[in-house]
Amino acid sequence: MGKKVLMQGNEACVMGAIAAGMRFFAGYPITPSTEIAEISAQELPKVGGRFLQMEDEISGAAAAIGASVAGVKAMTATSGPGFSLKQEHIGYAAEAEIPVVVVDVQRVGPSTGLPTSPAQGDLMQARWGTHGDHPAIVISPATVKETYLEAIRCFNLAEKYRTPVIFLMDEMVGHLREGIEIPEADEIEVIDRTVNKNLTDEQAYSIPEGKYAPEMAPFGEGLHYNISGLFHDETGFPRGTAQSYEKFMNRLLDKVEKNRDDIEKWEEKFMDDAEIAVVSFGGAARSAEEAVIEARKQGIKAGLFRPITVWPFPEKALEAVAKKVKRFLVVENNAGQMVIEVKAHAGNVPVDFLGRFNGSVVDPDEVLAKLKEEA
Amino acid sequence: MASELINNTMRLRNLPHIWCPGCGNGILMRDVAQAITNLGLDRDKVVIVSGIGCSSRAAGYMNYNTLHTTHGRAIAFATGIKMAKPELTVIVITGDGDSSAIGGNHLIHAARRNIDLTVVVFNNNIYGMTGGQFSPTTPTGSLATTAPYGSIDRTFDLPTLAMGAGATYAARGSAYHVPQTTKLIQDGIAHKGFALIDCMAVCPTYYGRKNKKGDAVKMMTWQKENVVMKAKADTMTAEELQGKAVIGCFRNEENVPEYTAEYTKLIERLKA
Repeated sequence: MGKKVLMQGNEACVMGAIAAGMRFFAGYPITPSTEIAEISAQELPKVGGRFLQMEDEISGAAAAIGASVAGVKAMTATSGPGFSLKQEHIGYAAEAEIPVVVVDVQRVGPSTGLPTSPAQGDLMQARWGTHGDHPAIVISPATVKETYLEAIRCFNLAEKYRTPVIFLMDEMVGHLREGIEIPEADEIEVIDRTVNKNLTDEQAYSIPEGKYAPEMAPFGEGLHYNISGLFHDETGFPRGTAQSYEKFMNRLLDKVEKNRDDIEKWEEKFMDDAEIAVVSFGGAARSAEEAVIEARKQGIKAGLFRPITVWPFPEKALEAVAKKVKRFLVVENNAGQMVIEVKAHAGNVPVDFLGRFNGSVVDPDEVLAKLKEEA
Repeated sequence: MASELINNTMRLRNLPHIWCPGCGNGILMRDVAQAITNLGLDRDKVVIVSGIGCSSRAAGYMNYNTLHTTHGRAIAFATGIKMAKPELTVIVITGDGDSSAIGGNHLIHAARRNIDLTVVVFNNNIYGMTGGQFSPTTPTGSLATTAPYGSIDRTFDLPTLAMGAGATYAARGSAYHVPQTTKLIQDGIAHKGFALIDCMAVCPTYYGRKNKKGDAVKMMTWQKENVVMKAKADTMTAEELQGKAVIGCFRNEENVPEYTAEYTKLIERLKA
């Protein structure tokens, strides 16, 4: 491990991204994500990267995708209303198969909501926000160190599967300062998109056997192909038959479905003998974990199940937990979003919910009280 | 038999194009290809970015690095490409609605930055792909499917709009005037900075039919008879220019700092 520093969550997001190879950022100021733009503006030119403050949220996403098409790892970041505005281009990047990382530092909504208090109300939007069926990879960190490391994983997954990855932060983690040890370059894994230099123009979107993502070179390197938000076959153009659309859509969805083992990530704490599993993610999981520790001291057999990859939801892992515990308690800073997914995979195990959506962070004492009530 | 130009610049297997008989877009697309060819640009380093609409289908036909994007956002994608790899020549093909209605914000801000993009607008004065709704360049009083009693909307003059926003190159061409328009596009591409070339297309299917402008030949004849070259227009009175359209270059200002070059300087400065 390298040097130990005090770092803010938003800063860790940028520094992790740069460690992953981000050399382009385009965005628009919005609290509580603004530091991500500010720190990108400060740090990127130092490493030969480029920062663009765009005229709006929509163009921030578009410019980041454009940079990625040219072969440069790119990110955009936003909060709340801005995340709504990014949705069309998240769908474009999924359809056109362009790696890009979109950060959403969640705040209270809908609309301007309670600027800029903490919330986790964008969990479902991160999965279903853009129109149409599409694959989704969404990662939500709970600590500053995890923000650094998972930012790297966001880029790795985006590059590997040539798809947008959403980094679903929240105000609690984004504005939190914690001491972290910055890993040395040789301690982290950095994945770059696979490029096959032998493709012809007509094979740009061809998929190697057993793979799910195309391998064409970036623009400017000699391959002359078309990228479009239209359905496409291996040539990059629409063929116009139902069979070809279905084949395309299935492959797009399979990028995630067939690679769940590679993409899913979760943490279990005190789960070995747990009778109550507290399910929580991101900033709320910090309160949940503290409550679990306190409950243990008071003789309640509680444990924590924390999805880090929130989409695809680690459903098999949760189903395994459901076989061992008597109850679930889902703790979120919203009116009930992850609880829907937990209920879908909990079988006959009762699922309780504790949600806070008034602009305050869910309190460990509230979680503890709820655990005592149930024990 | 396709001409040498078409063979060298188009994806023949995607032709014929989907544009209606008599549409001006095919001529204008050819002008863009001719301009690129005249400049002798390396095909590997030319990127064509388009948005959504009739105009934006051009990207799929042209045999370069092509990016067919979302409605209105072509200039924003192009900005990202140019900023990431300044060595690429980035040309945006867009329409009147795509560039100045839904994409108006990106147009003015790219012009303000003076980023080295060439924006070629296939301006047919109507939303063609969706079937004939009025656009920001549909003349006031014209009929459109969303202006059944005549449009009361005032219009944008695109080169004036771009110049107001800081464009360092602004011109207008027309589908009829092929050599002149090709040269205007060529100069726009060669220009180091933001360039906009507003190209008068013809849409006999929607704009023409709705407004009794006659068939494609009649609409092209109108351009032939009523378009005035800027040099000539400069000698004419406002009265004489009534009902005429002026083509030519309205601004070509070199030596204005170009955005990506300025950023490169910033990177160099930080290295020192």
